[in-house]
Amino acid sequence: MFRNVAELVELATSKNKKISELMIEQEIEVTGRTREEIITMMDRNLAVMEQAVERGLKGVKSHSGLTGGDAVLLQNYIHKGNFLSGKTILDAVSKAVATNEVNAAMGTICATPTAGSAGVVPGTLFAVKRKLNPTREQMILFLFTAGAFGFVVANNASISGAAGGCQAEVGSAAGMAAAAIVEMAGGTPEQCAEAMAITLKNMLGLVCDPVAGLVEVPCVKRNAMGAANAMVAADMALAGITSRIPCDEVIDAMYKIGQSMPSALRETAQGGLAATPTGRELEAKIFGIPLDKRE
Amino acid sequence: MIGPSSSHTAGAARIGRVARSLFGREPKWASVSFYGSFAKTYKGHGTDVALVGGLLDFDTFDERIIDSIAMAKKAGMKIKFIEEEAITDHPNTARVLIGDDKGELELVGISIGGGKIEIIELNGFQLKLSGHHPAILVVHNDRHGAIAAVSNILADEEINIGHMEVSRKEKGKMALMTIEVDHNIDEHILKKIEQLPNVLQVTKIVD
Repeated sequence: MFRNVAELVELATSKNKKISELMIEQEIEVTGRTREEIITMMDRNLAVMEQAVERGLKGVKSHSGLTGGDAVLLQNYIHKGNFLSGKTILDAVSKAVATNEVNAAMGTICATPTAGSAGVVPGTLFAVKRKLNPTREQMILFLFTAGAFGFVVANNASISGAAGGCQAEVGSAAGMAAAAIVEMAGGTPEQCAEAMAITLKNMLGLVCDPVAGLVEVPCVKRNAMGAANAMVAADMALAGITSRIPCDEVIDAMYKIGQSMPSALRETAQGGLAATPTGRELEAKIFGIPLDKRE
Repeated sequence: MIGPSSSHTAGAARIGRVARSLFGREPKWASVSFYGSFAKTYKGHGTDVALVGGLLDFDTFDERIIDSIAMAKKAGMKIKFIEEEAITDHPNTARVLIGDDKGELELVGISIGGGKIEIIELNGFQLKLSGHHPAILVVHNDRHGAIAAVSNILADEEINIGHMEVSRKEKGKMALMTIEVDHNIDEHILKKIEQLPNVLQVTKIVD
């Protein structure tokens, strides 16, 4: 059993095992299920993610009309070939957006670690897939690696926007994705932890300020940037760059920042972008009367 | 799961479903109080829709959740939502009061992220269910031997108890056992416990 990232890395290094393998072993121990059962369950999650990306890339529109169609715009842009950043990163962004657009439309997704942040992990996975050509099994392992880091965050800090802001949701998701990318690309367990630390450091302080209390604006685009952040941090870690602050301490800092965040910035639609003139106007249009003026 | 929020949608659906399964049947009416972030954003997050979906016994991935309020109304369920101003310990708190002409049930649940929930109060009994492990709730008569009888069945089935609490409001009356276990509990074990003399009701909380 591991309780934090340091123990996870230590265990992986001393036993010469991948982080994904340790997560599977822990699941076997905790749930009493067989390896096959656990792999099958994760395979089902992977299928849900695939279907969500596919659906989002065909174009969806949310009930409120606030989000939808951006994944398609970005894919069309990539196909034209004149993009400035990079193909894999934009593909990841587009697939993260696709997933979150499906989520905003109340479609079926897999919470990774939450629904509001469900785009980052599958977005990066399916983009990196094109580059690294993993087997189905390796794609499932990607999810276990992400899960190991998500497990540590959920148990030592929080993955809830209402408790810790967006840093706890998209921040955690991006950290999980970065670590999983590193393992799939052949990086060491230490590099996985460095990637998670570098990602999360750059998500610290991110507030949860959903316009009209919907999981749409700015959630969809935060998933986009979470995916981009994860991709860049993974590359940095694979290049040998390390975080001066250890991963567990970054997670702890995230938790403490979340605790000191005012409730207006923790998923209450009372502050931040939700409280901007346009945010309030959209809210009034969608619900008739702003939330705080209702009975 | 169905979007858009694991804590405000999936978590709310789970809170509703636990209330439904503890109640044992479809309620005729429901009064739901939302606190904190739930109170401020339940419309946008579909928390109301999801919680009612749970009351209709829908799982978190059941697409019928989207139409749950209309379906509940069609089934004759009266639903009221109350936005509470009170500050609770957890920002995502829901108090669910459900009932019909035969009885009612009150439960307080918190949604802690990623779809995980904790039940912190049931019919006035305080409890602490972490939500990290499968658990069973046993409503029983506050008599000697009632607890031993339940734990004996679990021991016979080779199920280890990780955490357990017993709570009662009055000596000798109704009491509640909250038992967290390491392994998932099969239906046949629940049936066995249900048949014990002082046991009134058995419910499974997490899969």
